Formats: sequence, C-alpha cells, structure tokens
Amino acid sequence: MTALRNVAAIVGKEWRHYFGSPIAWVALFVWTLLFGIFYYFAFTFFLEQSMRVAQQGMEMGGGGMKLSLNEYLVRPLFHNMAVVALFIAPMLTMRLFAEEKRQGTIELLATSPVTDLQVVMGKFLAAAGLYALMILAGLVNVALIWTYASSTPEWKPILTGALGLFLLGSCFLAMGTFVSTLTRNQIVAGILSFCLFLGMWTLGWADDPMGGAVSKVVAYLGVTTHLEDLVKGVVDLKDVVFYLSAITFGLFLAHQSVESQRWRA
Amino acid sequence: MIEVESLTKRYGRATAVDGVSFRVEKGEILGFLGPNGAGKTTTMRILTCYLPPTEGTARVAGYDVFAQPMEVKKRVGYLPETPPLYPDMSIRDYLDFCARIKGVPAKERKARVADAIEKCRVGDVRDKLIAKLSKGYRQRVGLAQAILHNPDVLILDEPTAGLDPKQIIETRELIRGLAGSHTVVLSTHILPEVSMTCGRVVIINQGRVVAEDTPDNLTRRLKGAGTIRVEARGDATSVLEALKAVPGVLAAHPRGGHDGAVIVDVEAEAGKDVRAELAWAVVTKGHSLLGLQQMGMSLEEIFLHLTTTDAAEPASAA
Repeated sequence: MTALRNVAAIVGKEWRHYFGSPIAWVALFVWTLLFGIFYYFAFTFFLEQSMRVAQQGMEMGGGGMKLSLNEYLVRPLFHNMAVVALFIAPMLTMRLFAEEKRQGTIELLATSPVTDLQVVMGKFLAAAGLYALMILAGLVNVALIWTYASSTPEWKPILTGALGLFLLGSCFLAMGTFVSTLTRNQIVAGILSFCLFLGMWTLGWADDPMGGAVSKVVAYLGVTTHLEDLVKGVVDLKDVVFYLSAITFGLFLAHQSVESQRWRA
Repeated sequence: MIEVESLTKRYGRATAVDGVSFRVEKGEILGFLGPNGAGKTTTMRILTCYLPPTEGTARVAGYDVFAQPMEVKKRVGYLPETPPLYPDMSIRDYLDFCARIKGVPAKERKARVADAIEKCRVGDVRDKLIAKLSKGYRQRVGLAQAILHNPDVLILDEPTAGLDPKQIIETRELIRGLAGSHTVVLSTHILPEVSMTCGRVVIINQGRVVAEDTPDNLTRRLKGAGTIRVEARGDATSVLEALKAVPGVLAAHPRGGHDGAVIVDVEAEAGKDVRAELAWAVVTKGHSLLGLQQMGMSLEEIFLHLTTTDAAEPASAA
C-alpha cells in the first residue's frame, strides 16, 4: 500500500515537472503535429490509390476491389510514428535522474522512506503515462475516419497497433531511464539514450531471409521486428513478451545503477 | 538516540571518516565542528542512510542505518548542505510532495505542511516558485522539509550557511526551539554558532574526532586553564622537570627552541596564576628566564589548535 502511494507520489511529481516546463507541451505538440502530417499524407496516398484501383476496375468492367484502409493508412502511420518515438523518447527520459543528481535532490529521495525501486518505477511510469497520452491525442486523427469515411477500417488492428507503438516506446523509456542514471548532465543522457535507441532499432535490420541463425537472433532483438505483427492486428504473445522483458530489463538496469552508485559514491 | 561506533568511510584509497564514535542523547543538540573536508558531511550522510559505512556501525533511534534503513529514514529529517529543492515547484507543492514521500498520512498532510511553513516562516512566499527565492528562503524551505514529518532526529548540514545575520539568529532560535522534542545534530564551521546553539560539541578533523565536550568545558579546558609559554636558557630536560614540579601545573609541553633557548608551553589549573612560581622555579635551578607569556585561547583558537596539524609541533599532546 505504501509502495503504491510512494510510486504515485513520484509519478505526480514528475508530471508536475513535465507540464510545469515546456517538455510535455513541446512533446505533445511535435507528436500530434507529425501524427497529423503523416496521417494526411497516408490518407492522400490512400485516396489516390483507391481512385486508381476504382478506375482500373471500371476499365476492366467490374466492381473493382476495395483497398484496405488499415493497410494503406494505419500501418504506415504507425511505422512513421515509431520513428518519431525514437526521437522524442530521449526528451522524456533524459532529465529523470540526471537532473536530480545535478540539483542534489537525489539526496532528498535517497534519504526519504522510499525505496530505489519505487523511485525508478515512479519515474518510468510518469514518462510512460505522458507517452500514452501522446498516443491517445494522436489517435484522435484516426477517430475522424469514423466520422467522415463511408467505409470504416477495422478498429482492432488500430488498437493493437497503438499498443505496439506504446510498448515499443516504453522500451525506449525504460532504457532511457537507465541511461539517465549514469550521468548528471541531461544533454549527455539525451545523446547517449538516442544512440542506444538507434542501436536497438537497427538490430531489426539484420533480418535477412537468406541469413543464418545469427542474423535471426540479432533481428529478434531489434525493437521494430516485433511491431510488424501488432500493427497488422496480430497479437503474438512472443512480441508482447519481448517488449515486456525489454522494459523489465531497462528498469532492472536503472535500479541496479541507482543502488550501486550509493556504494561507489 | 544516536550511537555511532568506530565509523569508517573510505572512498577508494582516501579515508573520509576514520573510526569516529560518539553518542547523542534524546533531546540534545550536538554540534559537529570541523574544517571543510573533515568528514562532517560524510558522517551525516551515513547517519541519514545516504551512504553505507565501510566499517563500524551507526544506530539512529534504535535502528541500524545499514540493516534497517527504512525505519531510520522514517525517523530522520535531513537538511543537506545544499537544500534539495525543485526550482520549478512552488513551496507548497514541494512540501506537499515531501510529505507524501516521507509517509505523512494523507489526513495530516495539509496540517503538517502548514505547520512547517509557519515554523520556518516561509508563509509569505508559499505560492512562489522555488527558483525565484533568495538563498535565505531556500535554506528555510530546506529546513521546513526536514521537520515536515516531525522526525525524532534532525540532521542539519550547515543550516546557517549563506544566511544574513538576522536570518542566522532566527534559524538558531528555531533550532533551539526544536530541541527537547527532537534530537538535533548540526554541522558547522562557524564557531559562535556552536557555543550559542549546541549542548555538546564534537570536533572532527581529517576524519577523526579530536575533541568532544560541552562548549563551556572546551573553552574552560583550554582557555581557563590558560597556557603559559615559558622561554628559558638552559638544559631542556632540566627546565621541563623544574616547570612540571611547580604545584598547579597540569602539563608542560616542550615546543622546541633555538640558540640555546627552550620554549615550553605550560598548562596550569583553572583560575590559578602560576607565573611567579614558574619564574622562580626556572631561576632557582640556575637557568635564565627569557620570557613568560600568557596564552589565552578563544574557541576559535582551540578549534584551530585542534584541527591544524602543524608539522613544527609533532606529538605535542602528551
């Protein structure tokens, strides 16, 4: 009970920092703006494609086939937003611990009756909560389809896609929380986090159908590999487990780092 | 309330605290005195469970800082050297957050925050952002944070640093007012502070306790029992013997000499002027007396005396 209360107190404090400073507003603004732009382009592309298909169908003298909104709109949109998450995640996590260390407020946290794990969890959940809010704000765009389009897309793949996007971003946030414990300079934390995220991202490129076992394993460790199915609407347990393990691993590292620094300090 | 036993903290090869032992009774104010880098902050950080000790034990309010840190943290209020403040929060928000993580029950939270704000006199700026506060206010907010959960033990690292004289007096009064219901350990390198607020002083230098007493006793021991510097010409051991034989002399420390002259610092009993006897003793032994000087010592000098290791005066404490 006290554990939950402590975590909630940390989350509340971090949210106050996020929204008391420009960070949350800039992140929300950039995210929703890009979400809107990508949405617009994907939608335009979808319209063009469906016109062409319809035209071809007329020439062939038949009803023509209907293009899937999910395939043409939702999938590219979520893939693009995953790239945006790659850039925005360091913004959300870089100051989590670095700033506490620089200000000396880490001493307040460390001498209050809260455990290191509660602090790590609180900070991660605060970042993940803000990120979830960003995704929800972006989904408003998608919701417009139901208002205006004659044929609505399937909503399940959209939800699983959003879930995938959330899990992928949360991996970044967990790892970023860890990186933030390593330095007292938040810019350094931000740059290091970005490099690490990029590394996690590019592992997925090793996926080569002709490759051997090694490239398969490496590709499996890539964060984007596991987004594919979720965006298609397939919830595969192994993808979810991968993301959850990566998040746990990041938080584990962060916790170890915070604890060990007291021993070395 | 606080029991520290042969506490040692090493950072790699450097030893910051070296076998420090002391006790603080309930309701007492203990002053922790020492030059910068003496190990005051490190000791305080160990007492507040911020750092683990390398060796030795420390018990606060009956709980071991190493084995039961959570119990200790619940009972300790800590003001670090730089108050741990979030500049982008208002005082009220900040104290509310502190109350939450210090486990103040939700029902009492508002009252405790209001109480701390009032005690530390930050009420007039309670809705201001901490970033906009002056140094004095920041220090007070830091203090408010430390007393927020009504801890048994208060550990204050240089609570008056950076304050103006009026604020220093106010802070001292506040701290004195907290004693009794709280046990207070405060560190400082400002000496008058100690004599004005503390019931007992531990002087620490280079990680070791060099003296421990009440400020009055310390002053009396070293000032009242005035040291007299005797300069004489003659055989050093003979002079020393002669001086030691004088009734009322507690100790005589040779301080070297030059050109055949011997310098000896004589510690006499409190309130006794033994200068005449000393002169007589030197002369009757056939030595010539070159000088006789009363060496008064202020607390300042005691402090310097105890904490400066002068290479010219080795092993003087005999």
